[in-house]
Amino acid sequence: MQTHFTSAQLQEPGIQTANDILRACVHCGFCLSACPTYALLGDERDSPRGRIYLIKDMLESDAAPTEEVVRHVDRCLSCLGCMTACPSGVHYQHYVDNARIHIEENFTRPWFDRTVRRLIAAVLPYPGRAKLAFRAARLARPFAGLLGGRLKAMLKLVPNTALGETREPTVYPAQGVRRKRVALLPGCVQDVLRSGINDATIRLLTRLGCEVVIAPGTSCCGALTHHLGYDAPARDFIAANVEAWIRELDGDGIDAIVTNAAGCGTVVKDYGHMAADDPALAEKAKRVAGLTRDISELLTELAPLKGVVGDLPPLAYQDACSLRNGQQVTAQPRALLSSVGFDVRELNDGALCCGSAGSYNILQPDIAAALRTRKAAAIGATAAQVAATGNIGCLTHLQVAVEIPVLHTVELLDWATGGPNPLAAE
Amino acid sequence: MGSANTNMSLKMPEVDTSVVSRRDDIINRLRQIVPPGPLGEGVIDDPRALRAYECDGLSAYRQLPMVVVLPETTQQVSKILAYCHENGIKVVARGSGTSLSGGALPLADAVMIGLGKFNRVLEMDFDNRCVVTQPGVSNLAISHAVAHRGFYYAPDPSSQIACSIGGNVAENSGGVHCLKYGLTTNNVLGVEMVLMNGEVIRLGGKHLDAGGYDILGVVTGSEGLLGIITEVTVRILRKPETARAALIGFPQVAAAGDCVASIIGEGIIPGGMEMMDRPAIKAAEAFVHAGYPLDVEALLIVELDGPQAEVDYLIGRVQAIAERLGATHFRLSTSDAERENFWAGRKAAFPAVGRLSPDYYCMDGTIPRGRLPEVLTRIAEMSKAYNLGVANVFHAGDGNLHPLILYDANNEGELEKAEAFGSDILKLCVEVGGVLTGEHGVGVEKRDLMPTMFNETDLNQQQRVKCAFDPDGLLNPGKMFPTLHRCAELGRVHVHRGETRFPDLPRF
Repeated sequence: MQTHFTSAQLQEPGIQTANDILRACVHCGFCLSACPTYALLGDERDSPRGRIYLIKDMLESDAAPTEEVVRHVDRCLSCLGCMTACPSGVHYQHYVDNARIHIEENFTRPWFDRTVRRLIAAVLPYPGRAKLAFRAARLARPFAGLLGGRLKAMLKLVPNTALGETREPTVYPAQGVRRKRVALLPGCVQDVLRSGINDATIRLLTRLGCEVVIAPGTSCCGALTHHLGYDAPARDFIAANVEAWIRELDGDGIDAIVTNAAGCGTVVKDYGHMAADDPALAEKAKRVAGLTRDISELLTELAPLKGVVGDLPPLAYQDACSLRNGQQVTAQPRALLSSVGFDVRELNDGALCCGSAGSYNILQPDIAAALRTRKAAAIGATAAQVAATGNIGCLTHLQVAVEIPVLHTVELLDWATGGPNPLAAE
Repeated sequence: MGSANTNMSLKMPEVDTSVVSRRDDIINRLRQIVPPGPLGEGVIDDPRALRAYECDGLSAYRQLPMVVVLPETTQQVSKILAYCHENGIKVVARGSGTSLSGGALPLADAVMIGLGKFNRVLEMDFDNRCVVTQPGVSNLAISHAVAHRGFYYAPDPSSQIACSIGGNVAENSGGVHCLKYGLTTNNVLGVEMVLMNGEVIRLGGKHLDAGGYDILGVVTGSEGLLGIITEVTVRILRKPETARAALIGFPQVAAAGDCVASIIGEGIIPGGMEMMDRPAIKAAEAFVHAGYPLDVEALLIVELDGPQAEVDYLIGRVQAIAERLGATHFRLSTSDAERENFWAGRKAAFPAVGRLSPDYYCMDGTIPRGRLPEVLTRIAEMSKAYNLGVANVFHAGDGNLHPLILYDANNEGELEKAEAFGSDILKLCVEVGGVLTGEHGVGVEKRDLMPTMFNETDLNQQQRVKCAFDPDGLLNPGKMFPTLHRCAELGRVHVHRGETRFPDLPRF
């Protein structure tokens, strides 16, 4: 695609990156088919191709972002379905992330919008604060009817199950002969919302001969702040995690870094790119990114798993976009679930995002709810009795509208191979 | 409003300043007809936002529309057209914006109607073997909707993942399986269409061959010049019992061309028969990893479908032909997933070429199959002369060529060079007895080349058809016809030979 940047503009690394990405785009429109907001709204501006165009115009014109552009960039879920569909290799992920940072630095949002965003960035990545916030939210829930869309959406997402504790750094020894030593990223809100996911991951991995380390100094992966366009705090999180894992790597050594929240996994795998302009961190970040595996990838390396439970319920599998598009991990979870005895059923329009998308369901509650309704219908149509997905965000979001239990893939694998039945805890 | 497109070498109809000066009123009226929905907007007027609509799949030509409106119902479309008709406002329709001939290129003084919100499949009628759908539904979504009962919609343009069925009807789109199953015109049974005056008409229905003149046949391929389609009924087919595809690689392009001619010559009609040359193979393989051989000059994908015994027999014959002509690579699909992957590469080949070059210009000429080796040789010579790369992808079975001219629009003068190269290719197609377009439509891209194929009498006759539907010439003007005529003038009987009448008429 033709671009109109001046040579002075091209000196800026952000613009240079955007220009390189744009040159790959040929405006074919294949991405429209993969975009949930285009499916819903039918407006070119809410399609990847339209956003690429609006952002291009924003960057080329060197003017402050207009409300118009910001609205349509904000509506993007960053599900990256467009990248999977793109034949010419346009790196939409880096392009839109770049645009978000540009918007945050050059656009003044209305007061309420700004406050909600800052609140999300200040609370969710910190388990202690998140837990307090969720408690407060439960108290406020009876008044949800009085509140506007975003606050109401936020309150709805807080589950009724017990809130978990922050997971302290520790080492879980392998059962039997140690095959691997792996570092687990426990995620920031995941343990508070549903500690069973990390519990199941640790049980399963230790049973398969892995020593599991929660490395001191690791915390939020940085995705939440990064996707809000807050560059500096995201970089702080990245630096802290990279340094913590490098200490572990150079200390007792680790064979892999495991993520079980797909959204985090996608970002950690991208650390190499995100820290590329930081000479002190770049090489280390690349090492960390190269060692990172989704739990289903690691389990595939450790397979075969041995199913010990007969008569498992039929299962609907929903790809977390961050796994499907962000990491191209689609076959492994399905194969693992089948191998332990689940009847894995596919969803109609399975490739479309469920609307969760990090903090999207708080910031764009109407679109998120519309996508969730579609997804819930697709899950219902499979007549499955349990749904599985690989990301805490999707799981919490879907459970609001889906009638059957929505669980993490790893909880079901743990159960089928000898762990406790997560359905009994529901 | 916005910058004019100084880069555009293409002439479009003179802007009607009296319409542009009423822009605010027009926008207000459109907002009344299509108010904002619960999730999105109905009317787009911000110049920055209109950027997103300035071009379709042919991004070399760009123009900001005056305003974009996104109706959701036939009634809204009817009201918009009636209003525009009364007020002399031009209208351009747009589906998914994947046209490679600029069929949805906006006009500075026209209302653009986007049909993206018409995105529901309305009825799956298996008893009558048809689907009724809104026009914004993608081609592939129709096949997906009926797949659970073992059916599909046969025409499959390469952009089927995104292109809209309404756009398919407007362009009479083809696809890799049209060799055996026909083009859109052979598979569309009925449409609901809004005429420029706002009148809603229905043509055809759920049956083949309605009585009277084949008006549906006239509308199919009319490129948005006769009306706006708001509903489509298409025929669906049962999936063949067996389908297998072969990848056949050749060390010379000419041998692959001979192979195509021999297969057809021996009376075999494959479900699809496609060819790619070395650059196209390389780009497509980089995207889908279909296992295409990278050490051949030409690759054929030949699919045979039908009863198992027939498919097995025909594969044997195709293999024998290929071997006789010196094929160096022959691989059969062993599963449906593998067969679909063979096609996925071919179908993504155009945009995958974006990996080789920042821009490409996709041509769409059709030639008699026997002239293929000669035409390819001449294209290769032109490529050298123009110093622009070319990747060839084509529906070999139909003789429909898609040379992709590789250029970089950021280099001054390169677009113009690519246009001249493309024009030479199309003239060559006509010269060897072929036609200007196989399936992408004339649009703006081949508009000015129409006289190489049709004389003035032919073109005037075609414009009279346009006049019967849209006497004021408000629907998608500037497309298809190199010279605009007022309908009243075409009605007059005698034209003096050699004398240019109506010198005031715009000629592009």
